Amino acid sequence: MGVLLEIKNIETYYDLIYAIRGVSLSVAEGSITTILGNNGAGKTTILKTILGLIDNQPDKGTIEFMGHRIDGLDTEQIVRLGISCVPEGREVFEELSVRENLMMGAYIRKDKKGVAQDFERVFNYFPILAQRKNQWAGTLSGGEQQMLAIGRALMSRPKLLFLDEPSLGLSPLLVKEIFQIIRKINEEGVTILLVEQNAKKALEVSDTALILETGRFVMKGKSSDLLKDENVKEFYLGVRSQQSAKGYQRWKRKKVWR
Amino acid sequence: MIDFIQMIISGIAVGSSYALMALAMVLIYKASEVPNFAQGEMALLPVFIAFMIIYSYGYSVFAAFFGALVFALVLGCCLEFAIVRRAKNSNVLGLIIITIGLEMILLGFVSWKFGADERVMPSFPISSYDSVMFGDFYITTIDLLTLIVALVIMISLFLFFRFSKFGVAMKATQQNETAARLMGIRTNRVKMVTWGISGTVGSVAGLLIAPVIMDPYMMWDPMLKGFAGAVVGGMTSLPGAVFGAYIVGIVEHLFGGYVSMDFKAVVAFAVIVIVLCVKPSGLFARHYVKKV
Repeated sequence: MGVLLEIKNIETYYDLIYAIRGVSLSVAEGSITTILGNNGAGKTTILKTILGLIDNQPDKGTIEFMGHRIDGLDTEQIVRLGISCVPEGREVFEELSVRENLMMGAYIRKDKKGVAQDFERVFNYFPILAQRKNQWAGTLSGGEQQMLAIGRALMSRPKLLFLDEPSLGLSPLLVKEIFQIIRKINEEGVTILLVEQNAKKALEVSDTALILETGRFVMKGKSSDLLKDENVKEFYLGVRSQQSAKGYQRWKRKKVWR
Repeated sequence: MIDFIQMIISGIAVGSSYALMALAMVLIYKASEVPNFAQGEMALLPVFIAFMIIYSYGYSVFAAFFGALVFALVLGCCLEFAIVRRAKNSNVLGLIIITIGLEMILLGFVSWKFGADERVMPSFPISSYDSVMFGDFYITTIDLLTLIVALVIMISLFLFFRFSKFGVAMKATQQNETAARLMGIRTNRVKMVTWGISGTVGSVAGLLIAPVIMDPYMMWDPMLKGFAGAVVGGMTSLPGAVFGAYIVGIVEHLFGGYVSMDFKAVVAFAVIVIVLCVKPSGLFARHYVKKV
């Protein structure tokens, strides 16, 4: 398996705020890689930096996609290389119909036949979207909008798909469904970089996981290993290590990586 | 009763040129979130270019008008590319000042190059005194032409935004620029072309007004009335802008006919005030209002 995306030592500033403090990451072709972290750790910022959505960033470091440097390119160019993104909070085009939203997903493609096929594929993944084809996207429910956002991102036939908190604000049942679909998409050959708060789900679905804290990766490993790791259990999976007879935790685990 | 219907017909006829200006302003408002006060002058310059092509180079009216529209397209694109886009971190006020500045520059340029005198569009085939009778009612031929052309433009804009990929991309850019960039849409280019299209639509209005009245200040009135119509329609809706402009045209004529000819010009603004009091977001504002 080759390396699809290689990030070396990127640092990102929002004006004076030092958000990403030297992060390296490589995403293997065909894998699901997940980035976990608390609020404000900088997960979304990493994705935005890769996509070139933050002006003049990364400040330092290099980003390579399929062997080509992409840092410093425009978002429009990066997307055309085969990276697609499901942004945090869905960001569908509310006053466009579902069909038009998907059409925009395929904006960079010229082959009409393939696009028609992909319409079928997306409607196959998400039958509800086929029913709502001519409705404004803004009138869909949150879960349907999330499905639409994923479908829209798939329409460009990406090699690498970014998913930014796909479970945000969805019911447990929907979350389960979405994660099943993520796995299915991956099985069809799309490499996925997943950013999640829902650590358990994300670790279950992914191959490799990285944990981000205040702009640095503090832990990296196979997802199955991290699921068993004591630190991860305590801080991200919410499993208490020990309980006293009175029912409160007697001691607090120290974060060993600090 | 005949008077009443006649006034409505005249109002609709006049409203057509307002509607074109309103459409042009709404297009730019949706793309760059600024009421473009240079809209009138972006139409004025192409009108005088057409004048120049006919008068000095002796081409036919149609060639000249075509040339003027192409010029308007290029002018709109250039203004966005060279000036509006360069405004870094601009707020609405800053952009408004920029458009007012553009307006003054273009107006000054036209006055300087072509003089402030009233002119006549040479060799225009329809005289502004011709009219067509429909039973008891008449409409001047040029108004009828304006009405038809306006309808054609509205329908083609509708089809463009509904069915063409680029039109949908324009809508997408207006709704969520970041997401549009993530789709690979070159949003800067989309905005530039929007300004070009807007300038062209406005220039059509200008070219249809020119045979009746042509001097450097000819576009002031249609621009302000068009703006009034756009505000009445909610500033973000193309059909709304058209309806608003027709409302302004009709109310203005009825007021002129029944109340006072002297105050006819200010009625449009009274309409704005009333509409904004009753429904501040305009008559046709969409439900998903994100922009302030």
